[in-house]
Amino acid sequence: ESENEYYLELTENPVQFENASSVNNVFFDEANKQVFAVRSGGATGVVVKGPDDKSSVAFRMEDKGEVKCIKFSLGNKILALCYCIYDKLSISKEDTQCCECRNTKYTKNASVLGFCWTNWNEIVFVTDQGIEFYQVLHDKRTLKMLKSQSINVNWYIYCPEPAVLLLSTTVQGNVLQPFAFKNGTMSKMPKFEIELPMVPKPAKLNLSERDIAVATIYGQLYVVYLKHHSRTTNSSGAEVVLYHLPREGSCKKTHVLKLNTTGKFALNVVDNLVVVHHQSSQTSIIFDIKLKEPDCAVNVHQPVLPARSIHPYKIPLTGFPALLWCFSLNTHLDSSTWSVFQPDIIISASEGYLWYLQVKLQPTVNLLQDKGKLMEFLLRRRDCKMVILSVCSQMLVGGDDKGNLPVVATVFDKLNRVYKEYLEAEQAYSVAMESGSSRFSNSYKRPIRTQAVIDQSDMYTHVLSEFTEKKDVSHKFIIAVLMEYIRSLNQFQITVQHYLYELVIKTLVQHNLFYMLHQFLQYHVLSDSKPLACLLLSLESTYPPAHQLSLDMLKRLSTANDEIVEVLLSKQQVLGALRFVRSVGGHDNVSARKFLDAARQTNDAMLFYTIFRFFEQRNLRLRANPAFNPGEHCEEHVAYFKEVFGEQSLMKPATI
Amino acid sequence: MISPRMASGMQEKQYTPSLLSFFIYNPKFGPREGEEEKKILFYHPSEVEKNEKIRNVGLCEAIVQFTRTFCPRKPAKSLHTQKNRQFFLEPEENFWMVMVVRNPMIEKPNKDGKPPTVEYQEEELLDSVYGAVLQQCYSMYKIFNSTFNRAVETGGVELLIQKLEKFFYRYLQTIHLQSCDLLDVFGGISFLPLDKMTYLKIQSFVNKVEENLSLVKYTAFLYNDQLIWSGLEQDDMRILYKYLTTSLFPRHSEPELAGRDSPLRPEVMGNLLHYGRFLTGPATLKDPDAKFRFPKIFVNTEDRSEELHLIVYKAMSAAVCFMINASVELTREFCEQMDALVGPQLTLLASDICEQYNINRRISGPEKEPQFKFIYFNHMNLAEKSTIHMRKTAGASLSSVHPDLMKILGDINCDFARVDEDEEIIVKAMTDYWVVGKKSDQRELYVILNQKNANLIEVNDEVKRLCSTQFNNIFFLD
Repeated sequence: ESENEYYLELTENPVQFENASSVNNVFFDEANKQVFAVRSGGATGVVVKGPDDKSSVAFRMEDKGEVKCIKFSLGNKILALCYCIYDKLSISKEDTQCCECRNTKYTKNASVLGFCWTNWNEIVFVTDQGIEFYQVLHDKRTLKMLKSQSINVNWYIYCPEPAVLLLSTTVQGNVLQPFAFKNGTMSKMPKFEIELPMVPKPAKLNLSERDIAVATIYGQLYVVYLKHHSRTTNSSGAEVVLYHLPREGSCKKTHVLKLNTTGKFALNVVDNLVVVHHQSSQTSIIFDIKLKEPDCAVNVHQPVLPARSIHPYKIPLTGFPALLWCFSLNTHLDSSTWSVFQPDIIISASEGYLWYLQVKLQPTVNLLQDKGKLMEFLLRRRDCKMVILSVCSQMLVGGDDKGNLPVVATVFDKLNRVYKEYLEAEQAYSVAMESGSSRFSNSYKRPIRTQAVIDQSDMYTHVLSEFTEKKDVSHKFIIAVLMEYIRSLNQFQITVQHYLYELVIKTLVQHNLFYMLHQFLQYHVLSDSKPLACLLLSLESTYPPAHQLSLDMLKRLSTANDEIVEVLLSKQQVLGALRFVRSVGGHDNVSARKFLDAARQTNDAMLFYTIFRFFEQRNLRLRANPAFNPGEHCEEHVAYFKEVFGEQSLMKPATI
Repeated sequence: MISPRMASGMQEKQYTPSLLSFFIYNPKFGPREGEEEKKILFYHPSEVEKNEKIRNVGLCEAIVQFTRTFCPRKPAKSLHTQKNRQFFLEPEENFWMVMVVRNPMIEKPNKDGKPPTVEYQEEELLDSVYGAVLQQCYSMYKIFNSTFNRAVETGGVELLIQKLEKFFYRYLQTIHLQSCDLLDVFGGISFLPLDKMTYLKIQSFVNKVEENLSLVKYTAFLYNDQLIWSGLEQDDMRILYKYLTTSLFPRHSEPELAGRDSPLRPEVMGNLLHYGRFLTGPATLKDPDAKFRFPKIFVNTEDRSEELHLIVYKAMSAAVCFMINASVELTREFCEQMDALVGPQLTLLASDICEQYNINRRISGPEKEPQFKFIYFNHMNLAEKSTIHMRKTAGASLSSVHPDLMKILGDINCDFARVDEDEEIIVKAMTDYWVVGKKSDQRELYVILNQKNANLIEVNDEVKRLCSTQFNNIFFLD
């Protein structure tokens, strides 16, 4: 297992806090991701460490016994505490003195399991007999009950985003009752049952909160159940079962992740991947529920990558600065000093560290051989851009090995599908904005450009321009790759940028493949544009037909009539230029001097005569006088005309 | 060879032009008295008596020598006589090809049992047309045999004589002199109009096959006898195209049409159905004794001269030519691999193109009676388009207009060839027809209009209309 095979790692800068000890209790609040170090029940200080400095605070409070639960409301507005012994609750404002609101409204004889903040001033208490939802009236320092619900509760899990509380009910504990909270309202969602591997007799609590997690994956809320291997059934190993919990409607079992082994596990969700840590092998595996398994039944998933350990993290051991202490997380998974929190948090209370788990994408490149699958996997990851581009480069430098081109095609198609989706969303947005109807302006959010959007400029800058310079790759393969990229863009109806065409032309010209270029242009594979037409013109000396191709292109553009005239004049096709101007109806506005200049240069007196006469007639028609205006600066040509053909040859002004 | 046609007069007989003789000689091979026979490398008809052969060759030699004194750089190209016309071509130094064509003639019966009077139409044949036919004879020989010189270098004069005999014996039977016209002068290529996406798919297909079967050096892709892609250089493609469309494809389409040996029964490869089959090489891969020999062609003879196997593979209306270095021996394994790889993909592609093709046809309206009769040719890419000619059948493409009009087209073409500048010529023919020729840069357009009582301005406007509808995407000076 080499260094570059660890695809999971812990953040480099963990949150550090005073490690748990007999005098220091440590709590973690998943909602605010804050660690509370409570020394001596708060008497000697409470130190709160959050993910950033802003969310870190320190204060003192009166020691009123062992703290069971301690959490700030959103924005560190109000602190709530719950003590073990007295089942009493204390709520206080930050920075103010502790102000206890002894609560008497608990259901009698109920024991408090905990509480959670659903808003900066809304709190829900969970007891073994139900839940109570309160608003904190801050000024009056009292609680106002908003709603309550009686229900037998074994344990609860709260998911702060999107504020869903999950209660374990019934004797076995496997009927889960979700509640959703929003702006002071509490709504009961349909309850659902977790399928247990076996039903114990007599019935007893059989579903532990340790085996359930709630997580948002690809924007959808899932209840994640770690289903242990049961000896009675013929399952090949433990599984993770995902239940989709929609905002409306009932919860459904949607995905099964095959762990293919047994033992003790822990779960995280990182970057929309389900990470499963396995204790005995000290390794972790990841699942991507969007990755389709061709060989499996629908929504049964195998690990994306082979199991690997998390990259070892080195903690400088206090007191022994010279030594580095290496450890693997998984050995401690079962120890009470190690805890895994959703979605991506790992805490060592005994060492005083909080890490975020991260997925490193670079190592996956070598672990996932199927490039199409790899691309799909990468495209769904957060920081994928540079890795994707490096995969593209690598794949092309791999050269013209047999059968590489179909892979290249697949990869380009996958990239461009995502690119196109973004372009469409962007376009829909700008259309909505332009139409200006305020009705829609709220519902339309500017689409977010994720890293997975690899546009043409990215491909050009990081992959293609470098690739076309490679000396050891055959030009045939280079051209095939460029054409494949253009094909893919066209397939998704994405307008190809000019610099890609330039790259194609440059490569073809470099290898004297003019006939190939000609055919591409003939079928409009290289779309018309003025810059492209100009590029073609510049090729005329090496490839004469480029002249015709260029003129055709300018003609099709229909906005390049001036350019056509210039091209024709430069070839001394003065008459042709004039006829062209006339055919597009621009002959009343063109500069006479320009044409007369060009006609003079041909040293063809008759041609000059013809052109001169044409403009005299134009003058006559427009101004009833064949003479040139001074502003036309044709004096020199009039003089020349007189010199060659005599003054009497000039047209006479029309006599009225 | 003589195909009498009934003309207006009941008993008049009209004879179309026909090939009288065709020979190839090299004066250096028998310079001395008495060795004249050695000069002659090929003579058709072969049954002609030896001395007459020598005499005819000698005459040509003399004419060429004599006319050279007037214009050393441009030797004589043709000799007009009352009964026939001789065409000369020196494709390689000192190698001369001569084609003698009998002028078309009208036989008028005389009363009283006198022998009929024969009227030769001396001015009917166009030098440009038959000069091009002769040039084509050489090009066709060259693509299958390489140059005359090369044959002499490798096997002496004997080998050259053998090769010429073998090639021209058959080839001369396939040229139809009576139906040669302007299209032979152009020797153009008909391209299939296709949308960009389908074209790119074909590109992608070609690239993938070439990558997978690395032996394949060049590929050409055709659909319905129209070219879509050529990896060969233009000049080689031009002659290969001629061979494919006038010889190979017609030979294979006939059994298809007749429904014999049902080659249209699809092959099943795994779960893929395909209609692919080889047009050159083995008729079927199933035959255990099948020979894997393909015709060989010579391309790029100007500089490096490459000898290649020509594999032509077809699925439905799509045909692909794969060209492979001739030094490689092709095996059954290779052919099977190619069949398995190309067959299914090409079948799919062919139906894609067919769909596009039908859409295009629907847009452009029914093909039966084109509004305009025209011939278009672009010297730059050899693109040719004719609404005058019927679909090519074995050997010849038949024009649907009167030969007199075709001759006018040929004449206008000769006029264009004389000058570099853009020109336009409008001719009022004897009948109600107007013939318009336009030349713009490297393009030529010939239009035949049949409008009673039309005047010059109306004809001019009509042609403008044609240009703006049919040729609006190219730069055509009006």
